[in-house]
Amino acid sequence: MRYLRSFGLFWWDFVVGDDWRVAAGLAVALALTWLLARADVTAWWLLPIAVGLVLAESVRREVRSSEERRDP
Amino acid sequence: MSHSILLFLTTFAASAVEAVEALTIVLAVGVVRGWRSTLVGVGAATVVLAAFVAALGPALRLVPIDSLRFVVGALLLAFGLQWLRKAILRASGYKPLHDEGEAFARERAQAEDASRAEVAGMDWYSFTVAFKGVLLEGLEVAFIVVTFGSTQGRLGLAVVAGAAAVVVVVALGLVVRGPLMRVPENTLKFGVGVLLTSFGIFWGGEGAGVSWPGGDIAILGVIAYVALLSLALTRMLRRRRPALEPVPTRA
Repeated sequence: MRYLRSFGLFWWDFVVGDDWRVAAGLAVALALTWLLARADVTAWWLLPIAVGLVLAESVRREVRSSEERRDP
Repeated sequence: MSHSILLFLTTFAASAVEAVEALTIVLAVGVVRGWRSTLVGVGAATVVLAAFVAALGPALRLVPIDSLRFVVGALLLAFGLQWLRKAILRASGYKPLHDEGEAFARERAQAEDASRAEVAGMDWYSFTVAFKGVLLEGLEVAFIVVTFGSTQGRLGLAVVAGAAAVVVVVALGLVVRGPLMRVPENTLKFGVGVLLTSFGIFWGGEGAGVSWPGGDIAILGVIAYVALLSLALTRMLRRRRPALEPVPTRA
């Protein structure tokens, strides 16, 4: 059981990494893109914008917590 | 054609970065404790990685291309954004830069402190550290080789690019006889993060049923967009940072 848990944790860390919100945001963006494309709506713009927002938000959170650690 | 060049460059750069890190670990253990068990560990890890690529690469060819691109795109996005996020934080000074010299010194000190008992003629400390180091650093490369190669139908080219990077790094290591501290590792990681994220957007979109304006050539626009976005974020964070203490380098 312990090995299974370690194995799962390894792959979680490998794919998802430090910030699970990034992976969750990407999953939502991909699902929306798929839905729009199925409805014949032009959707190529959605992923680049979503990636920009998710990345900026993740970096902002890390910076804020880094600043709080230095200057509590 | 441009996809093949980008595939080669991405796989080569990612493999070079990880090979530099693996070389540091192997050198530190080999120099301190001897080469026999260390090289057996390197060989064993290489066999496991080759088996991973050989098993998964052909298996992925059986998956329909749109489904494959969707899954690979999603994985590359998650994976690429991890690289890019760390690279932006390092470039702007919010995370310590990776330093091979420091990593070498730390691995070397640990290798000197560890017990020297041999079992069945093998120094299992050297074997385990070399095996783990090469396997963990190599797994990211194997993942990139398999996903890029399968999605483009050019697994052979991806394997050649990865192997070429390892050969170049090992050759440089033999010439320098030490860790490769002058390789611009942090810059390379930034570039690889941009490329992985861009291909993730492109293939993820295609797999979801999107038609890119301009067809395949749109990948160049996506790369330019991700690169500019990352540079802009880095610049904004650098401007915000001067009032804070500098972050030291980290192994």
